[in-house]
Amino acid sequence: MSEGPLTTETLQREHPPQASVPERRRRLPPLRRALRILLLPAGAIFLALLVGAAIMIASSPLVRGSVNPMLPLTAYGALVAGSVGSFNAIVSTLVQATPLVLAGLAVGVGFKAGLFNIGAQGQFLMGGLAAAAMGIATAGLPPIAAIPISVAAGMVAGMAYGFVPGFLKAYTGAHEVVTTIMLNYVAIQVVAYVASGPLRGETATFARTETITTATLPVIAGREGHIGILFAAIAVPVIAWLLFRSTLGFEIRTVGANPDAARYAGMRPRVLIMLTMSVAGLLAGLAGATEILGQVGHMPAAYATAVGFDAIAVALLGRAHPVGILFAGLLFGAMRAGAGLMQIQAGIPVQMVNVLQAVILFFLAAELIVRYVFRVRGAGVEVAEMQTITRSYGEQAAK
Amino acid sequence: MTADGRNPAAVLEMRGITKRYPGVVANDDIDLTVRSGEIHALLGENGAGKSTLMNILYGLAAPDAGEILLDGTPVDIDGPNDAIRRGISMVHQHFMLVPSLSVAENILLGDEPMANLVLLDRRAAARRIRELGASFGWEVNPDSAVGSLSVGWQQRIEILKALYRKARVLVLDEPTASLTPQETREIFDVLRRLRSEGYAIIFISHKLYEVLEVADRITVIRRGRVVGSRRPSETDEDDLAELMVGREVQLTVDRGESHPGEPMLTVTGLHVQDDRGRGVVHDVSLEVRVGEIFGIAGVAGNGQDELVEALLGLRSVSSGKVNLGGRAVTGASPRRLHQLGVGFVPADRHRYGIVLSFPLTDNLCLNDYYHAPFARGMVRDDDAIRSYADTLITQYDVRTHSSAAFAGTLSGGNQQKVVVAREFDGELRLLVLDQPTRGLDVGSIEFIHRQVIAKRDSGVAILLVSAELDEVLELSDRIGVMFRGRIVQVLDARKTNREEVGLLMATGGRATEAAS
Amino acid sequence: MIDLLYDIPVIGLVFQFVGYLIDVLPIIAPTILAAATPIALGALCGFMNERSGVVNIGIEGMMLTAAFVAWWTASLTAQLIPDGPAGPLGASAALLIGLAAAIGAAMLVSLAHAWLSVTVRADQIISGTIINIFAVGITGYLNLLISRSAPPSAGQFTRLEPPAWLTELPLIGWLFEALFAQGPIGLTLIAAVIVLQVLLFRSRWGLRTRAIGEHPEAAETVGIDVIRLRYRNIILGGVFAGLAGAYLTIEFGNSFQGEMTNGRGFIALAALIFGRWTPLGAFGAALLFTASEGIQRAVRFGPPEGALGDFLASVPTQFYSALPYLITIIVLAGAVGRSRAPAAIGRPFSREKRERRARQPRSSGAAPSL
Repeated sequence: MSEGPLTTETLQREHPPQASVPERRRRLPPLRRALRILLLPAGAIFLALLVGAAIMIASSPLVRGSVNPMLPLTAYGALVAGSVGSFNAIVSTLVQATPLVLAGLAVGVGFKAGLFNIGAQGQFLMGGLAAAAMGIATAGLPPIAAIPISVAAGMVAGMAYGFVPGFLKAYTGAHEVVTTIMLNYVAIQVVAYVASGPLRGETATFARTETITTATLPVIAGREGHIGILFAAIAVPVIAWLLFRSTLGFEIRTVGANPDAARYAGMRPRVLIMLTMSVAGLLAGLAGATEILGQVGHMPAAYATAVGFDAIAVALLGRAHPVGILFAGLLFGAMRAGAGLMQIQAGIPVQMVNVLQAVILFFLAAELIVRYVFRVRGAGVEVAEMQTITRSYGEQAAK
Repeated sequence: MTADGRNPAAVLEMRGITKRYPGVVANDDIDLTVRSGEIHALLGENGAGKSTLMNILYGLAAPDAGEILLDGTPVDIDGPNDAIRRGISMVHQHFMLVPSLSVAENILLGDEPMANLVLLDRRAAARRIRELGASFGWEVNPDSAVGSLSVGWQQRIEILKALYRKARVLVLDEPTASLTPQETREIFDVLRRLRSEGYAIIFISHKLYEVLEVADRITVIRRGRVVGSRRPSETDEDDLAELMVGREVQLTVDRGESHPGEPMLTVTGLHVQDDRGRGVVHDVSLEVRVGEIFGIAGVAGNGQDELVEALLGLRSVSSGKVNLGGRAVTGASPRRLHQLGVGFVPADRHRYGIVLSFPLTDNLCLNDYYHAPFARGMVRDDDAIRSYADTLITQYDVRTHSSAAFAGTLSGGNQQKVVVAREFDGELRLLVLDQPTRGLDVGSIEFIHRQVIAKRDSGVAILLVSAELDEVLELSDRIGVMFRGRIVQVLDARKTNREEVGLLMATGGRATEAAS
Repeated sequence: MIDLLYDIPVIGLVFQFVGYLIDVLPIIAPTILAAATPIALGALCGFMNERSGVVNIGIEGMMLTAAFVAWWTASLTAQLIPDGPAGPLGASAALLIGLAAAIGAAMLVSLAHAWLSVTVRADQIISGTIINIFAVGITGYLNLLISRSAPPSAGQFTRLEPPAWLTELPLIGWLFEALFAQGPIGLTLIAAVIVLQVLLFRSRWGLRTRAIGEHPEAAETVGIDVIRLRYRNIILGGVFAGLAGAYLTIEFGNSFQGEMTNGRGFIALAALIFGRWTPLGAFGAALLFTASEGIQRAVRFGPPEGALGDFLASVPTQFYSALPYLITIIVLAGAVGRSRAPAAIGRPFSREKRERRARQPRSSGAAPSL
């Protein structure tokens, strides 16, 4: 994997394609190569845990009334126990990781095309809402029919919701960063309206839809390990194949790296931007459908989730590569899975996970700190001009 | 002037300047002395280290060794601000003008007259700029936006900007690069006048005849070292060229005889608009024949870019017709044109030519990635792509350790060879070249020129667009001069000269009516 | 005549609506202005960044941090210092210290943004994203810990009472009422918009800021320290994000809830774009974006009569809540073509870039074969 500052240039840059390195002998042994890839992220995570510990100690008077230097140990211990401490904990990690991986892919695919899809959150919500609506509508059907229909509904809804900012970007030049964020807030209101209005369940005490019955994803492992885990497991290789093995993926990556060159090479940036955003929306919508059908069981009117935002962190940590996103998703899934136990055992609010995520990203962006602390020397490729996601900011529509 | 008896007229001395970059010694023990009332030319090809040296003088880079003396006193130049304060001003190769700001704002920037502590004194500013311009006989409008000015005017603004700062040492980095011969002569007159006023002038160029015309002393730099210093009276173009490149060079391409055949590209009554919807190409008609190089000369910004983009399918055509080998291709997509055998080498290779973050393999099949043998259906065949890339890399002598290397790691010359390899390969009918050698070293230029001639001789029609008049004159069989979006005249390259073309470029000639 | 327009089927409703808006505008103007204030302040923060050539999508996070810090610091101070006499506009020591702390906190976050995007040259959008995630996390974390002890609120600033002769002017009196019947932060905004608008085009600072946002290399060659000026502007931009956050918790309201900025920082960004990167334009855009909140209020408390009233009442409240975001999208889609961003925006500036370009063509100098 390439190293370098956290920019889209590094996000879009190829990981040395497996088959196109002519002298295979020159490559590092797999283990050393893996270590090298993991060094910077691992360093960033380690430093972030230190910062998190410092915050916990500093805020410990608020937690227990006095300064407690051991608090981080208790907290991290609980975090580990809650995420990998038992079979059920591991399953819980997988369940938590599933939407993060899917939505992380949604953000990562966008990065490859030079698009910053902050709208995974909205696409996730719309996917969840559509899946819930269809799940309720198909309550009379057997699971074998109800589940595919509901999941597909979620994917289509997410895709449509991703298409909109793609279309706006391609034809009006409205930057996707702003439009996708706006659409996130619109999605919140749409969910609130539908779940407290036309689809409001009769029996529920708070505003939400009816409970989903036949469309509920079956549990295949442990207490809560639903089949949606497999969706994520399948999506990773599919997206990897799409990006690196198919001509379409080549087009997406070319548009991301150099839209003018793409146009000259006969690709159509507008179409590809809309397509990429649609694929991204589809993945985020699938994440939403999985979460609602597999975990929640209904659509609440005020659905508090941060999956779409965590997905950004996942995609950045995974450097927009599907495999990287898989591991980053597992890591953040583990944090989410363990956060509950951390709150119970150490009194540390779950929001600490957000803090840790932000600090991890900070150290990745400012990787020179990590390099300095761990004496990692740069092995990255020097590219003359920096490209950034921000490049297209405020520009006119793609031609 | 100084106590220790040094030559009082030596305003600037650079001694033993050395600057290393990873893998490259950009400046290796360079000495340079410039006197008051002297035009000192710094000659060297692209990448020889001239700009690095000047960046050191201007405080933009710190030397690893060596010292700079102003009026005999060693100084440590800490940033451009410091350089300006010490009386060093620079006219950069790429205009350092902010297009959206006005002429006045550009000139004053960094040294603004103030009405009070906070607000600018805009009236005083406008007056001072008008006066400064008038002293050269230029009627400057301080309020016009710089972005709307012609290249020639922008160059004048750059010079006014330098003079406004009360410089004693004036550095001009390739100031004539995109000017017509007439505009160049005007700049030279300005330089001579400044010399008579006692300025010390450093004039950077790689054009031999210009250096011989205007300089009092010529210092030649090759690969970061000073390889010689001459007076114009002691030397000639061949001598300077050999010094500059380090071997005997042929100053002009041996283009041989061309044997034009049938028309390949026929453009009739073409109109094209720019991004803002203004007409920038008007009623252009031209014909490029098989085995012929048709050059388009013109000052940058006269519609050449839009014309090229329209011909390549990158910009829509408002009206008019384009024919390729008898087939109507008006408004055809870039892909369709490529399939019909149209190749393109752009001036800005980082824009259209190459994807820096992709390996050479992907760059070399950028136009053909979607069909066999590089892809079967939607699936890419990495082996086919790699072996094709390896073939081209050998054939076009691209210096790289592997076809998996990222394009961004290659030198400019090698990047351009990658573009040339991709675009020249396969069955070609028409080749569009847009300043194909801009910013390259002599070796790469020779290589590309020879390739172009070879393509011409093999029966390809070639359209060469360049703001660099020398290149157009050297390679073309016929030359169309473009002025304000029109081709004002078509000349036989063997019967014309720099003066005639330059005059047409600058004024459009009286031929505007005659052409239509 | 007007009645005639009103009676046209369907389209008549539009005329009725316009008439209704004109009627209620003086009443809802203060609501709109109150809603627009944090957005406009956020836009000024973005203005300081983007005119210098740095994208800031972290305004949201800066505002949220400031909102929390203002509220918490004020609350802590109020517990330590017993109620003193409140100054003009309800300014107590606690509120003033809270305000100062909020500004300080936002400047600190801005410093981090400046460091990441100017010094480290990380992608500026990623830098902003980090700020947003961090702000949600840290304020949520601390708020939860603090709320266990249910600290008292320190209250809030009060409004200025403009002289009656001004507010009772015919036709435009309501405008002055809306503009000046505000707390200290709201008044600061009005002043800042005007001052910055003048400075941008008339002052040395403005000229240099425009230059580094458009063509930093050119600015550098005339001796302007691009990196220092960017730092200065970004950090000063933090002042406005700080004011915006403090406005939410110690002027407009007097409490803090998690993620209470609710996208205002992003709307601020859109307002800046729609306002063509000028303070006045951004302020106008913020007013436009928040007009729907005023309308929603008007409809709830004084609905128009007849068919229009029935129609407006039948629109779900969520629609009004979504309206500012929808307007932002629509306006943005229409505006971008005409609105030009500072040319250097998002592009990290490096002094060595020029040097690197100078040494580029090198290795292929030898005579080529073939």
